[in-house]
Amino acid sequence: MSSARAWREYPQRYRYEAAVCDQCAKWFFPPRLVCDACGCREFTTKAMRRTGKVLTYTVIRVPPAPFKDQAPYVVAIVQMDDGPRLNVQVTDFVDGQLKIGLPVSLEFRKIYEEGEAGIINYGYKAVPV
Amino acid sequence: MRDVAIVGVGIKKWGELWEQSLRNIFVDSALAAIDDAGANRIDSMYVGCMSGGLFVGQEHLGALLADHLGQGPIPGTRVESACASGGVALRSGLLEVASGASDIVLVGGVEKMTDVSGDEATYALATASDQEWEAFNGVTFPGLYAMMAVAHMHKYGTTREQMAAVAVKNHFNGSLNPLAQYPHPTTVEAVLGSVLVADPLHILDCSPITDGAAALILCPADKAAEFSGTPVRIIGSGFSTDTIALHSRADLSSLDAVTRAAQKAYEMAGKSPADIDLCEVHDCFTIAEIMATEALGLVEIGQGGKAAEAGETAIGGRIPINTSGGLKSKGHPVGATGVAQAIEAVEQLRGGAGERQVEDARVAMVQNMGGTGASAVVHIMEAM
Repeated sequence: MSSARAWREYPQRYRYEAAVCDQCAKWFFPPRLVCDACGCREFTTKAMRRTGKVLTYTVIRVPPAPFKDQAPYVVAIVQMDDGPRLNVQVTDFVDGQLKIGLPVSLEFRKIYEEGEAGIINYGYKAVPV
Repeated sequence: MRDVAIVGVGIKKWGELWEQSLRNIFVDSALAAIDDAGANRIDSMYVGCMSGGLFVGQEHLGALLADHLGQGPIPGTRVESACASGGVALRSGLLEVASGASDIVLVGGVEKMTDVSGDEATYALATASDQEWEAFNGVTFPGLYAMMAVAHMHKYGTTREQMAAVAVKNHFNGSLNPLAQYPHPTTVEAVLGSVLVADPLHILDCSPITDGAAALILCPADKAAEFSGTPVRIIGSGFSTDTIALHSRADLSSLDAVTRAAQKAYEMAGKSPADIDLCEVHDCFTIAEIMATEALGLVEIGQGGKAAEAGETAIGGRIPINTSGGLKSKGHPVGATGVAQAIEAVEQLRGGAGERQVEDARVAMVQNMGGTGASAVVHIMEAM
């Protein structure tokens, strides 16, 4: 990806910055320009709590090219305690631990490298709490 | 708004068409549709194509394909809604004829997917999900549908064997379709024994990478008699979107955009699920067919897997689904899929589906979707 795109996504990938609607208090992660619940266009930036629970998950065995050296790996949809839902990798679990409802917390991790001379993309992965 | 009829269809053998270019694949099917209709001119055309850019490095397909179709300087519009591109192209053509803006409209769909490597095709297809907040984390399309499958199994008790039954049924139907990419029967054991792609989905739960095209000729229903092709009336059309990201949906085990599109189509047609004699659904993965049949109201919510396993959705069953073989067996050249579904409906309503023919078919439905159901389009057709 371009360095500009990587840079403009840092507030979410590194700091969990969410937008909270000034009118109805709905949380958006990543932020949006208009609230889909009430139409309000004013938001306050807040750091989202890192805790949530697994809603569903899969094991990716045939990965996209940049993830070849990581497969198999687990991807889940996580319900965050502050309201947003995320698509996120799950890691650092032990056999038999992964299940719907598993409480997890987001941690700062390397996501993938773009070849030998490209950007190293960092972000969050979920780990059991 | 005028009533609209389909008076011509064109489709050729799908597969890995190494010797053919995107433009030739399209023109081959488009000419077949023009010949079927006996049309002596085309006023305008819409072509569904998901990613000429990423698959063959070619955009500006409206002009390119109008040029090569040899019908003169007609308006040519390329429609993109990921895997729903063909169905949305059909809706666009329908609205152009219904509005009175044009009389004879060609609706086509095309995808040329095998000029790139598997990695590049996976990347191109992943652009139908949210690049920034889904694909970034390494999830694939099979992975997204696998998570829907896990949610559906958890909520309704859907089983692996029920999903496999969908693949077995569609491959059997496809074995009766000479144009299918993989016209080979399979078994539950073979599906469950095939390699895992994204748990719980095996490779035989997934639709393939395909080169192919399909085309239809639309005209006002009151002018259908002027054409040689047996006409079929389009009586309902519905289109809805949903959140681009799967994780933003309230319910991960339902396809709400399909439900909304179907409601609009039923309302426009004055029909209900009980009136539908057969349906082509978007079985990009076996779980997708189960969830689509539920969203369309053709089976009870949560019972799609059981219905497939019990033979309710087989040819000769209560509501035959994917008589063509579906995306699973017929192939899935993404932009062409929605148009080819309409062709199967037309063939069935004309009574010309051969060994796949559903007895006394009068009303057919087609459901096409993009991404994880972020675009959903449904049409209902009736014999004239």
